[in-house]
Amino acid sequence: MLLKRVVITGMGVVSPFGRGIESMMDALLAGKSGVVQVPELAEITGMRTRVAALATGVDPMEIPRKFRRSMSNMSVFATLASQDAAAMAGLTGEQLHSGRLGVSIGSTTGSPQTMQEFFRDFGIDNSLERMKSTLFFHIMNHSCASNVAQALGVTGRILAPAAACSTSCHAVGYAAEMIGMGKQDFMLCGGADEFHPLTSGTFDIMNAASTAFNESPTSTPRPFDRDRDGIVCGEGSGILLLESLESAEQRGAAILAEIVGFATNSDPGSIANPDASCIAGCMRLALEDAQVKPEQIDYVNAHATATEQGDIAECEAISNIFGNTVPVSSLKGHLGHAMAASGTLELAACIEMLRQGILIPTLNLEHIDPLCSNVQHVHGVTRRTVATVIKNNFALGGVNSSIILRRYP
Amino acid sequence: MTDQEIIEQINSSLAEEFEFALNDMTPETTLFEDMGLDSLDVVDLVIVLESAFGMKIREEEAIRKIRTLGDIHTFVINKKRQMESA
Repeated sequence: MLLKRVVITGMGVVSPFGRGIESMMDALLAGKSGVVQVPELAEITGMRTRVAALATGVDPMEIPRKFRRSMSNMSVFATLASQDAAAMAGLTGEQLHSGRLGVSIGSTTGSPQTMQEFFRDFGIDNSLERMKSTLFFHIMNHSCASNVAQALGVTGRILAPAAACSTSCHAVGYAAEMIGMGKQDFMLCGGADEFHPLTSGTFDIMNAASTAFNESPTSTPRPFDRDRDGIVCGEGSGILLLESLESAEQRGAAILAEIVGFATNSDPGSIANPDASCIAGCMRLALEDAQVKPEQIDYVNAHATATEQGDIAECEAISNIFGNTVPVSSLKGHLGHAMAASGTLELAACIEMLRQGILIPTLNLEHIDPLCSNVQHVHGVTRRTVATVIKNNFALGGVNSSIILRRYP
Repeated sequence: MTDQEIIEQINSSLAEEFEFALNDMTPETTLFEDMGLDSLDVVDLVIVLESAFGMKIREEEAIRKIRTLGDIHTFVINKKRQMESA
């Protein structure tokens, strides 16, 4: 339980549907897919998946060279999304530079593209003589967090959580706790990742990447569907501006939603395979943290990436806690899996679902897998009162996370 | 390469690396004040020149005295001539 109430007053996204929450919501409501064929994947020996959800609508040149020189694509995405979140919240330069605003932004790794370029060159003659001075700033683990802080002139705390697919859920949860403890008044938080064949390849060699829909990319991924065949990797950034309720009220900021609970736990049973009881344990911890009963939850935004093991384990966990009456959907069918960015891209959509009183169904869910039929799936865009939602993310490495949002007021 | 060709090659390489307008680049242009470069950029400037002219200059004492674009032109032209006569 947070000692201070924490609210969301700004959000920014870079997604396959472009820059900005409006274009992403328009696409989600219209049932559009951001997945496209990626011809370069066909040129890689051993790569079977040929599709990905690539970010669009980004112009890196908007960022002055002084800041851009230390950024790879993931930091560019995070910086533009952070600028948008700060602008939506109406933050002043004084607030950004006050020391009371911190950054909590993570990515799965440092830039894989920059690492590839460095090692390709290094391998030619075992030489460092062509290494650029800004290389380290692209590949360090806190690249996104530091680059955002530099570009926006942030002087508060810097945190760069890394937990693959749970990264941005962690980033938001830890940021909320920091504000809840009174250590900061504002936090720019979330995640970012850039697409690289290494990411798709990681899932492909584990037989967890989608390979059967290379010729019809918008038909995959298919969370919960009987014909699903795995993850489609994506990229982008989702950034939220969290703030203490006290601060938001004091400055008359428009409040988008409240964060009422966060939990994370580790699953030591397997570094790769999810476990229903550990997932359920994580959701129960979040409910306890929020002091919310299962029957008070109006919607579950599932992690559901369209892997057989993940979807079935999550449905079992949801069913154990919520039965089969609480609506459930996954946004991976539209957005693909943006890894460290997925949590906050989906949280941003959840905030809009709360505000608009609307639920978005799972794209490409046509025939529910019998083993996923133990929960109530959202069928079609549904208008209804949505007051409290729980959002899940689970990561390779055995890291589960859940966040509970409440409509405000 | 003529001296003029060397100067043009230097200017175009630096313009590309540091996103500077060629029209604004004169021999009097200062690297720090006018071009806005800093210590990280100077490291990359050396790498760009080494790559453009196929020479090793990182350890050269004369590099530390460079302040203007004209200083770079003179330095590289002299270095090229030394390499050619060696």
